[in-house]
Amino acid sequence: MPETIAFWSLAVVLVGSALAVVLSKNLFHSVLWLALALTGTAGVFLLLEAEFLAAVQLLLYAGGIVTIVVFAIVVTERLVGERITQTNRRITAGAVTSLAIIALVVNAISRQPLPTTKEPLTADLTRSIGESVLTRFVLPFELLGVLMLAAMLGAIYFARPED
Amino acid sequence: MGLQAYLTLAAIVFGIGLFGVVTRRNTIGILLGIELMLNAVNINLVAFSRFSGSDVGMVFTVFAICITVAEAAMGLAIVILLFRIRRTVMADHLDLLKG
Repeated sequence: MPETIAFWSLAVVLVGSALAVVLSKNLFHSVLWLALALTGTAGVFLLLEAEFLAAVQLLLYAGGIVTIVVFAIVVTERLVGERITQTNRRITAGAVTSLAIIALVVNAISRQPLPTTKEPLTADLTRSIGESVLTRFVLPFELLGVLMLAAMLGAIYFARPED
Repeated sequence: MGLQAYLTLAAIVFGIGLFGVVTRRNTIGILLGIELMLNAVNINLVAFSRFSGSDVGMVFTVFAICITVAEAAMGLAIVILLFRIRRTVMADHLDLLKG
């Protein structure tokens, strides 16, 4: 079963890099691990035959977000020199909370009758996503454009030189 | 692999992201945790969509990815602005709203 092997290796990469993101002492290393986690997610999308989303994931997340986070770290952090502890004293509480939520969700998932086989694809998924976006979901799509414009204006407003 | 395996993987990644949000002191670290959590949600949406044979979940994922990018851009802009004002990005030193 090549799909099973692919799924398990992607799961190991994803969980391992996600753990490295939250546990790494150096924030810069965290971002690099985040890039790996986002690429692993793109792999999961490929496994689910959503090629378009895998490409969008790589372009926007692994390309865009990682770049701006690196810029933010370079601006705000001393990369060399004194080390400040990156985690607060709530590690135990945080671990208990997230383990409890994982246990709750996994328990709920295991109780539900879920499909084990994928529905056969009837049409090209990329094509049907494009058609849905421009027919049934055209209003949310236009609103998304407004949101992007607002975010861009906001970022420019914040980044303006002080007067 | 069944739908259950994908949902479990997403739940684990979500939990790890939540751990990051709760324990990081650095604001940028908190944002990285939020990115992980949103990423887990996207895995869920795509998995449900693929296993139910409908493309609605994937359209939602496109929207979710765009909104996440806008959120990250604004979040980092706010972090840089805070750094300009307070010279720190540690969340426990940021108490501007405490009267």
